[in-house]
Amino acid sequence: MSNASWRPDALVQLTLLRFREFVREPEALFWGLIFPVLLAAGLGVAFRNQPAETVRVAAVSPSIAAALHQDPLLIVEQLDETAAQQALRAGKIVLVAEPGPESSVIYRYDDTNPEARTARMLVDRAIQKAAGRVDPVTADDDVAREVGARYIDFLVPGLVGMGIMGNSIWGLGFAIVDARRRKLMKRIIATPMPRSYYLLSFLLWRLLLLGFEVAVPIVFAVLVFGVPVRGSIVQLAALCVLGSLSFSALGLLIASRARTIEAASGIMNVVMMPMWIVSGVFFSSQRFPDVVQPIIRALPLTALIDALRATMLQAVSVRQLGHEVAALAIWLVVCFTLALRLFRWR
Amino acid sequence: MSLASPPRAVLLVRGLRKSYKDVVAVDGIDLEVVAGECFGLLGPNGAGKTTTIEICEGLTTADAGVVELFGMRWETNASEIRQRLGIQLQETQLSEKITVLETVQLFRSFFRRGPKPSDAIALVELEEKRDARVGALSGGQKQRLALACALVGEPDLLFLDEPTTGLDPQARRQVWDLIEQFKRDGRTIVLTTHYMDEAERLCGRVAIMDHGKVIARGTPRELVASIGVEHVVEFSTGMPIDLEAIGAIPGAREVRAGDDGVSMQVTELHRAMPALLDALGRQGVPLTELRTRSATLEDVFVALTGRHLRDE
Repeated sequence: MSNASWRPDALVQLTLLRFREFVREPEALFWGLIFPVLLAAGLGVAFRNQPAETVRVAAVSPSIAAALHQDPLLIVEQLDETAAQQALRAGKIVLVAEPGPESSVIYRYDDTNPEARTARMLVDRAIQKAAGRVDPVTADDDVAREVGARYIDFLVPGLVGMGIMGNSIWGLGFAIVDARRRKLMKRIIATPMPRSYYLLSFLLWRLLLLGFEVAVPIVFAVLVFGVPVRGSIVQLAALCVLGSLSFSALGLLIASRARTIEAASGIMNVVMMPMWIVSGVFFSSQRFPDVVQPIIRALPLTALIDALRATMLQAVSVRQLGHEVAALAIWLVVCFTLALRLFRWR
Repeated sequence: MSLASPPRAVLLVRGLRKSYKDVVAVDGIDLEVVAGECFGLLGPNGAGKTTTIEICEGLTTADAGVVELFGMRWETNASEIRQRLGIQLQETQLSEKITVLETVQLFRSFFRRGPKPSDAIALVELEEKRDARVGALSGGQKQRLALACALVGEPDLLFLDEPTTGLDPQARRQVWDLIEQFKRDGRTIVLTTHYMDEAERLCGRVAIMDHGKVIARGTPRELVASIGVEHVVEFSTGMPIDLEAIGAIPGAREVRAGDDGVSMQVTELHRAMPALLDALGRQGVPLTELRTRSATLEDVFVALTGRHLRDE
């Protein structure tokens, strides 16, 4: 048996095959390489320097409108009652202020909409002030836009983690199902190639692209928004590599049996969708109930994003990230082993 | 390993069976291929040729039976056997984005020994297309590249599954020339085909398959001789004729009327032809077409099954 003979040339050739197929596919190249740039540009538009946000409200009587005009954060339209209701329903305004019985005021708004709640406070403050209220305590605003505590600082590590997950799972899943469907796989396993090499080549190929996919958004965020990278760059890179390997192994597992692109993309969405929501890409995963926290923390995307955030924003050393690193490593080993065992080769 | 196999048997198959759901694809097949020969599995589509060859290639597992390659079995020596096999699948698929040279380099990297990639490309006469992408090749060129990929490990046994199916006549002849070159180089080849002319031209020995069974085996010459017919006369007439009178011609056998005329097998052409013309003359029937040819493997298949190879 010469089963275990080490053939680096075969692994290099297989990885080259993945890489060549990718760079010679114009569409894949476009989305794979342009997407990180588009993402960064999108962030640039969303988080460009701008004054504090204004809210649009409607006033039903001239006196209320006059009171509201005093606050520069409110954009006020004076409408009759029907028109105001329609504008509210259409989302053109978030709150209607109308006169109630005995010189009271009624606010109509959706209290589950944070913007409407902000409007409620601003409108109420303006009306009370106009009616002569004097605040018992004087307060001055010292607006703090501290680097590392802004929303963009929170968001960038989340997007990087989400990008690693999406690229690994999509890139790999589609490439594998395609090779199986077009019987490329059947031909290649009719050779003495070690089968684990075939799967390993997908993981290595993802690592070749990872540098670009991760570096573009991070460098852009650092240069344009001053998002900090306070921990070590080496640690950040190592976490990205580990994350990419784990998600590639998960992608292999997802694609291990599927015969059609449709079947594979269904599973991919089922796997990724919950993590987009609970793993803290756009908002903290702490918002979910305590009961489910252990499950959320065990998910690979939560582990990766938490580790990236801690490294970038708080310079936490890898020694304190044992839980996250262990979670990613376990996902890697378990998924790769299962994929190798379950894999449908033809 | 109790099978008493002669030392020269490169491939030995005994009692092979394979069913898919409700279809019996291979129904008890025995084969023996010795070093240096070109062995053909001939039969119509659906006869079980590809299933048989893919079991031999270790790509499909049999329900029952024994396959030995070089005296080894798939269950115990898979990677050793793989190193010594060259395989061309039916309609081999290769990645379209990479070049001819890159494809051959990839396959070469899986084998311990073998020619340099550029030499393998030269062997199948694709030097001019060395840097062309696979997707830009013609059907015949793709098939030659598939042959290069099968040869790149310097195999002791070459499996070719329908090597010329879907090719135009010129490309077929090129592939035939290559296979004949491989034979001259002393390679052992097992090929499947549903073209009787291909089997006759390339194969030293042939097994004819139908419905998962081998229904005849031998050299093409032996097989043709076994049906006791040397010639086939085919003719068409302008009006209906009395077939019984034709059947009474000395040496005539198997007279059958088809859509495109009458076909009959005869042993002695020099006596049958005058008698046929005489019989038609007596019936007053004008001939619109007349052909004679030597009997082929096709006629063997017809004699054995009553069907044509390419009926289905």
